[in-house]
Amino acid sequence: MGILEVKDVNKRFGGLQALGNVNLSVEENSCHAIIGPNGAGKSTLLNCLVGKLIPDTGSVMFDGQSVLGRKPYEINQMGISRVFQTPEIFGDLSVLENMMIPIFARRDGAFRMHAVESTSTEKAILEQAEHMLDSLNMADKRHMHSASMSRGDKRRLEIGMCLAQNPRLLLLDEPTAGMARADTNNTIDLLKQIKDERDITIAIIEHDMHVVFSLAERITVLAQGTPLVEDTPEKIKGHPKVREAYLGESA
Amino acid sequence: MLGLEKKDIRILLIVAVLTLFAPFILNPFPAGSGWAQFNAGYPDLMQRFVIFGIFAIGFNILFGLTGYLSFGHAAFLGIGSYSAVWMFKLLSMNVLPAIALAVITSGLFALLIGYISLRRSGIYFSILTLAFAQMTYALAYSVLTPITGGETGLQLALDDPRVLDGASTGSNIPVPGIFGLEMRSNSQLEMGDWVFNLSTGYYFSGIIMLLAFYLSIRIFRSPFGMMLRAIKSNQQRLNYTGLNARPYTLAAFMISGMYAGLAGGLMAAMDPLAGAERMFWTASGEVVLMTILGGAGTLIGPVLGAGLIKYMENILSKINSDILHTWFAFLPDGLEDFVVSMVYPFIGKGWHLTLGLMFMAVVIFLPGGLVEAGQRISRIFKRKKTDETSKKSTTTEPAE
Repeated sequence: MGILEVKDVNKRFGGLQALGNVNLSVEENSCHAIIGPNGAGKSTLLNCLVGKLIPDTGSVMFDGQSVLGRKPYEINQMGISRVFQTPEIFGDLSVLENMMIPIFARRDGAFRMHAVESTSTEKAILEQAEHMLDSLNMADKRHMHSASMSRGDKRRLEIGMCLAQNPRLLLLDEPTAGMARADTNNTIDLLKQIKDERDITIAIIEHDMHVVFSLAERITVLAQGTPLVEDTPEKIKGHPKVREAYLGESA
Repeated sequence: MLGLEKKDIRILLIVAVLTLFAPFILNPFPAGSGWAQFNAGYPDLMQRFVIFGIFAIGFNILFGLTGYLSFGHAAFLGIGSYSAVWMFKLLSMNVLPAIALAVITSGLFALLIGYISLRRSGIYFSILTLAFAQMTYALAYSVLTPITGGETGLQLALDDPRVLDGASTGSNIPVPGIFGLEMRSNSQLEMGDWVFNLSTGYYFSGIIMLLAFYLSIRIFRSPFGMMLRAIKSNQQRLNYTGLNARPYTLAAFMISGMYAGLAGGLMAAMDPLAGAERMFWTASGEVVLMTILGGAGTLIGPVLGAGLIKYMENILSKINSDILHTWFAFLPDGLEDFVVSMVYPFIGKGWHLTLGLMFMAVVIFLPGGLVEAGQRISRIFKRKKTDETSKKSTTTEPAE
C-alpha cells in the first residue's frame, strides 16, 4: 500500500474526458514520475491531488486518509507540499520572509492571530529559515526582494519553502519548464540531494526526459487521461507502447 | 524599546513630536497678517487631521497590507459616530464609554460585512463593500430614523436620560468631556503677534492617534502583518503553504473597521452629533485617496495623506477671487484679471480640481505616494554627499 493511492479517478470537463479510470500508487520514500504528451491529463491529475479540482468519481487517499473535498491549505497541513510550473513565491517579500512563512504555517497551523508579537523576536523560526537558506546556498540573498531573482533561484526558493515544512509528499509540476540548461541541472542536483538526505516521497510531472530519467524510480505514462503503463525507467525507455504514444515512432 | 526596532521608534517619535507641537507648527504666520489664512492651527481642523489620520491608518492595515480595496469604510465611521452619540444620550457625557462602544459596534458590523464581502476578491470585493456602505447610508437616512435621527441627524437633547450623569439641571445641553475636562475647552497662547490654540479635544484625539499609530506599527512588524503582505503578494502560494487566507483577511477587515469606528466615535466626541452623510460613498472614497496619496502600505503615508487632503479641503477652499485679486494687485489691470481667471478654477470651490490633478500626478509619477517622494529626495541628498566626499578624496590625491 503506497502513501498516495489514486483509485478509479474520473474527471470530465464538458465533453472532454480529462481523466479516465486513473489508478496510481506511489510508494513511500520513492520518486515517482508521471509523464505523457500535452493534454494527457497530468496537470488535471495533480490538481485533483491538491484540492484544486475534485474528481467526478474515484478516491484519492493520502496515508490512509481521503483528500477529496478538502481545501488546498488543509491538504498541505496533512503533509503534501506542491511546487508549481511557474515558481509561485511571495514576490513582494524578502527571501528570508518567504522562507519564514511556511515554517510559521507548520508551527501555528492555518491561522493564528499573532498580531502584536514582533517577527524579529521569533528566534526559532528565524534560525530554521536561515538554516534552510544556508543549505540552499542562498544565505547571501536573504534580504533580497524575491521577485528580482532569476527564475532558477525562484525555483530553488520555492522548493526550499516546500521542504521547510518537512512534507511527507512533495509534488512537482514540471519543475524545470522554461529553464536554461544550467538551471535545469542545478534543480536536478537539488532534487537528488533532497532524495538522498530526507525521508520524503516525491511525485513529479515532467516533460523533460533527461530530468525524469535522472530522478525517477518508477514512471507512469499517461495518455489521453488514462495510465498506459507503469514501470521502472529502464523498462519504460524500451516499451513499444510508450514509444508510440509519447516519444513518437521514430524515437 | 516598546517592542519596536530602532527605525520604527524614530518614526513613532517623529509623529509624536509633530502631534505635540502641531498647534505651533501649523500656525507659522502672525494672526493679523495676510498669510494668516494659511494657518491651520485651529482646534477644529487639527482635530480633523488626527481623526482622519486614525481613519487612514486603519484603512491602510486592510488596503496597504492585504491589497483588498474596501470602498465602504465610511459606513464604520458613521456607525462609530452613532454609537458614541447614543452613549452620550443614554449613559454619560464621558467620552471613554462612548468611544469604547463606537469601536465595539463598528467591529461587529465589520465582522458581518467582512464575512460576506471577503468571499470575493478584487473588484467584486470593492463593489460588495460599496453596496453595504450605501445600504447602511440609505437605511440610516430613512428606515432607521428612530435610531439615527434620519435627515436631521442624531443630536443630544436636554431630556436624555444620561444614567450615570443624572438628569441635566440647567437649560444647557452638557458637552462631552473626560472626567470633567471638556473636549471643547481651548486655551489661547499669545506670543507677540502669534496666537496658538491648545485644545483639550485636539490633544485627547492626538494621544489616541499616537496609540493607534503605535498599534499599527506593531501589526505591520508582526507575523500576522507578514501573512497579510503574503496575501497581497501571492494568495495561491499562501493556500498551498497551509495557510487559510480568509480568517487573516477577516481579522484585518475587522481591525480596520474598528479603527474607522474609533475615528467616528472621536468625531462625535469633538462635536456630539452624527449624520448619515458621514457614511456617503464619497467619504469612503476620500480615505482611499488619503492612503494612496500618502503611500499605501507605508507606516506614515496615510497620516500624511489625511493631513494634506484635510488641509486643502479647509484652507485652499477658502481662498476666493477677492483674495486672489489682492495677491496679484501688483500686476497691470488686464494681466491681473487674466492671471486671476487662470488660477481661480484651482482654488475655492475648485480645490477638488487641484486635488484630482495632484492625485493623478502622484499615481503616475510616484506610485509609492508622498513617502516615495520623501525617499527620493533623501536619496538625492545622500548621493550628493557621497559625491562630495569622493570628489574631495580625488582632489586630495597628489598630482603626478
